[in-house]
Amino acid sequence: MAHVLSQGPEGLAGHGGPSGAGWIVPLDPRVRILGACVYGIAVAALSGLVALSVALALSLGLLALSRLPLRPTLRRMAMMDGFIFFMLALLPFTVPGDPVFTLWGFAASWQGLGQAVEIALTANAVILALMVLVGTLEPVTLGHALYRLRCPERLVHLLMFTLRYIEVLREEYLRLRAAMKLRGFRPGSNWHSYRSFGYLLGMILVRAIERSERILEAMKCRGFSGRIVLLREFALSRRDWVFGAALLGAVAGLFVLERTWP
Amino acid sequence: MHIVDGALSAPVVIGGTIAALGGIALGLRALPLERIPAAGVLSASFFVASLVHVPVGPSSVHLILNGLAGLVLGWAAFPALFVGLLLQAVFFGFGGLTVLGVNTLNIALPAVLAGLLFGRLAASGTPLAGAVWAGIGGAFAIAATTVMVGISLRLSGDAFIPAAKLVFVTHLPVMAIEGVLTGFAVLLARRVKPELFAALKGASA
Repeated sequence: MAHVLSQGPEGLAGHGGPSGAGWIVPLDPRVRILGACVYGIAVAALSGLVALSVALALSLGLLALSRLPLRPTLRRMAMMDGFIFFMLALLPFTVPGDPVFTLWGFAASWQGLGQAVEIALTANAVILALMVLVGTLEPVTLGHALYRLRCPERLVHLLMFTLRYIEVLREEYLRLRAAMKLRGFRPGSNWHSYRSFGYLLGMILVRAIERSERILEAMKCRGFSGRIVLLREFALSRRDWVFGAALLGAVAGLFVLERTWP
Repeated sequence: MHIVDGALSAPVVIGGTIAALGGIALGLRALPLERIPAAGVLSASFFVASLVHVPVGPSSVHLILNGLAGLVLGWAAFPALFVGLLLQAVFFGFGGLTVLGVNTLNIALPAVLAGLLFGRLAASGTPLAGAVWAGIGGAFAIAATTVMVGISLRLSGDAFIPAAKLVFVTHLPVMAIEGVLTGFAVLLARRVKPELFAALKGASA
């Protein structure tokens, strides 16, 4: 179930679920989620370049200990929206300070450069830890763990249904695209292409609605009362406590570094 | 349009998170348990749609389609888009963790607004008139998202102003394309399944 998120041909995650995650697998999913959140918030609060470099090194260490494939994961980590990239590239020129060099009459400042590096380090360290700790969970387990962490039941239900149908709908999308291709559709920047894409989206929408009606009827036939009982229980083991303590220790260490080299 | 961790100041992150939690709570209230399968399937379809590349000149763009989500789901677009962003961050490494609230707010609030402003117009009249209004709603949602991303950056520091302006200008073609695509999607839906919007009123009301 929900293997789009882990093995789709478009490389949606590139790893085969929990089997690829090494020592992280036996950890309690709740500990992994909470750990990623604590670590993420702590790293986002840091601003010293030394502490942030150590944080990125820690995240890379987590990646090395897990058995995620290095290259695709790192590529995914480094990938960011074009506009963020622009923003980082502009920062040295927009933050006033001591000039490093000038480009077409605009002076780049050390301060701005520092700020851009700081954002890049933070963003990569946090997202990498999140992908290693939480992204290696079986998607359905993520739903169960969030439920046990007292997320609202309806939100968890919504998440589970979304996870369940992403793969189904993606196959439908690929079927429609294949049908378009067989009829000689080649995407380009023209009115015809945009109209075809619009119709494609409309068709996906119509089929999704019709599918959801069938799903609800089928579930009602089986006694669906509006609630799916989530039975999975999790238990903390010694390993979880050790991991939690190590993570908190690492966070404390990062703050000490931040104080020493601000 | 995913902002990354570390780019925004703490007050912006905290404020955005609180506002997003409020929006998600409101959205969940508009979503009785019986409607969750429909909302989940739609949430999945928007997730899939966001993987579609549409060519623009020599490059291509990813669709966001928050306007269409708002037109179809109403307030329920808030939790549905949040789920999409959560999955993108955790499994694909798009966006960030601490900025999840801000990103949700920036994308889902325009969606809900588009639904409130243009939902009725898109569902009534001739299919063509509805499609035109839906297209305006689709373009409006992207424009509003861009403006909100700009505001989030602006509130975090003056140094981001040029970047925020640049974001708006570079997204003008994206607005046009999302508008056109949303319009045609609604045109097809209105023709193929006229009761679709009528049926969904129950979901968003």
